[in-house]
Amino acid sequence: MPVLDWSPIWISLATSVVATLFTLVAGLAAAAWRERRSGPAMALVDGLFLLPLVLPPTVVGFFLLLLFGRNGPLGKLLLHFGATVVFSWPATVIAAAVVSFPLMYLTARAALEQVDPHFLQAARTLGASEWRVFREVALPLAWPGVLAGTILSFARALGEFGATLMLAGNIPGKTATIPIAIYFAVEADDVRSALAWCFIDVMISLVLLAGLYYWTHKQGPARARWARS
Amino acid sequence: MALEVQIEKKLPGFALQAAFTAGNAPLSILGPSGAGKTMLLRCIAGIIRPDSGRIALDGQVFFDSTRGIRMPARERGLGLLFQHYALFPHRTVAENIAFGLRHLAPAERAARVEDLVQRTHVSGLEQRLPHELSGGEQQRVALARALAIEPKALLLDEPLSALDTHLRSQVEALLQETFASYQRPTLLVTHNIEEAYRLGEQLLVLSHGCIAAFGSKEEIFCHPPTREVAQLTGCKNFSRVRMISGNAIEALDWSCRLQVSHSISRPPACVGIRAHHIGFVGSSGAAPPQENIFPCWLVRSSETPFRMTLYLRLNQSSTDSSEFHLQAEVFKEKWNTFRDRPQPWHVHLTPDSLFLMPE
Repeated sequence: MPVLDWSPIWISLATSVVATLFTLVAGLAAAAWRERRSGPAMALVDGLFLLPLVLPPTVVGFFLLLLFGRNGPLGKLLLHFGATVVFSWPATVIAAAVVSFPLMYLTARAALEQVDPHFLQAARTLGASEWRVFREVALPLAWPGVLAGTILSFARALGEFGATLMLAGNIPGKTATIPIAIYFAVEADDVRSALAWCFIDVMISLVLLAGLYYWTHKQGPARARWARS
Repeated sequence: MALEVQIEKKLPGFALQAAFTAGNAPLSILGPSGAGKTMLLRCIAGIIRPDSGRIALDGQVFFDSTRGIRMPARERGLGLLFQHYALFPHRTVAENIAFGLRHLAPAERAARVEDLVQRTHVSGLEQRLPHELSGGEQQRVALARALAIEPKALLLDEPLSALDTHLRSQVEALLQETFASYQRPTLLVTHNIEEAYRLGEQLLVLSHGCIAAFGSKEEIFCHPPTREVAQLTGCKNFSRVRMISGNAIEALDWSCRLQVSHSISRPPACVGIRAHHIGFVGSSGAAPPQENIFPCWLVRSSETPFRMTLYLRLNQSSTDSSEFHLQAEVFKEKWNTFRDRPQPWHVHLTPDSLFLMPE
């Protein structure tokens, strides 16, 4: 029996954590930016932001490959600084972040929209800058929703396979995350390893989802927490 | 100190058009829901942008469409009170009050909060969260928070509407106290006629986005310029009129002839009298008046704890409860003096309490 190489766990976790951090910031920023705007052009923006959710991950991965490849616009730019992204660990982060972004964006927007606009107006009349209104009023009130979005994004990043394979490939100890390790174990007829990885993946996901469920029930939705008595 | 407002704002199916100047005397803005009262206040506060016009306070221009000036709400330094208080639910009372005081040193900030807590009678509640307070306490904290920034003007948007009756009078007393010491422009939006009268000195009546009346409250209540204003200030009885002579008219809808107190220059279209101005002959010890006395029959009545509303028909009786001419309001004490007398009773429409209106 081959000795199990534990590296996919650490690669998966590191990838998901870093990707989720990027997604959190980008998703929140996009949601806050979008919330202040309206008009037909915004429908297109929404569509663009949500595209990674509905496209097959292989399509997203292929686009990312075109973008970051040797002849892609971002790939060329990075090459100027002597960096290549494709088939490196950052590629797993990029793939996971792009694919999990729509979940963060959707939940963050829903959470920000739930915040009673009177609170924001009150803060403005009291002299608060837009940044302070966001950081001290909107974000704390939307926080339960934002946190739920973060956990969902993390779970999605952890399960990412298609785009990661396209952009980062399967380099053991470098870009081989758990889902990729499972795929190649099955392909190599190593059923025991595949089963072990599946079990680990199920455990991580279960703990995450149970934690999310427990936490949201303990805290309740944003409105109920500070409900008027 | 003066707040000058001249704005226009169009929405689908609604247009707000208002021009007035408010001095330091508290100004009540009265109007039915949907009249544009709240929108007017929000335009001044900088939450809604008018389409055109100008808003200035003591010469400082907040908004001027011709000069492209649009000062954001945070720079206007106005205190705004909301109907539902809008206290930050995740911050304590003290933190709410201190929200606009971030520029102060901690010690000075604490002293200011303490002072405001005293003035608005919420001592002891500093460490509570808003949801742990009653509505009245929440609105008092909201007032403290608005006053904390030493606002250049106070804007109150239906501050008492969400409160129960017994809490309302407490908060109203605090508002009166505050207005008395706060010598800057104060605008109070309300749909409650009595609240508007008690809290304001000046009155602005808004209807369908337009100013229907603006001036001293006594003048508007005694001599409403139009039928609409009379209605919005609580007048219940109206009749179309035909002029007979310089001081006599025929009320067509009440089928009676009325003497009026001052000679009529322009032919009026309408006469009105407030429900509580209708007198009943013989219900007081005074000598019976000479003019404008009419026999009347009770068509139906409705009872409130201290007053009776009587629906009366003049000159002939009727069994149809919708066929009444006048709606009179009397205190129960007075009602008890004549309720058992045989009908017809006699109403007295004092010439002084009749008001004539062009439309």
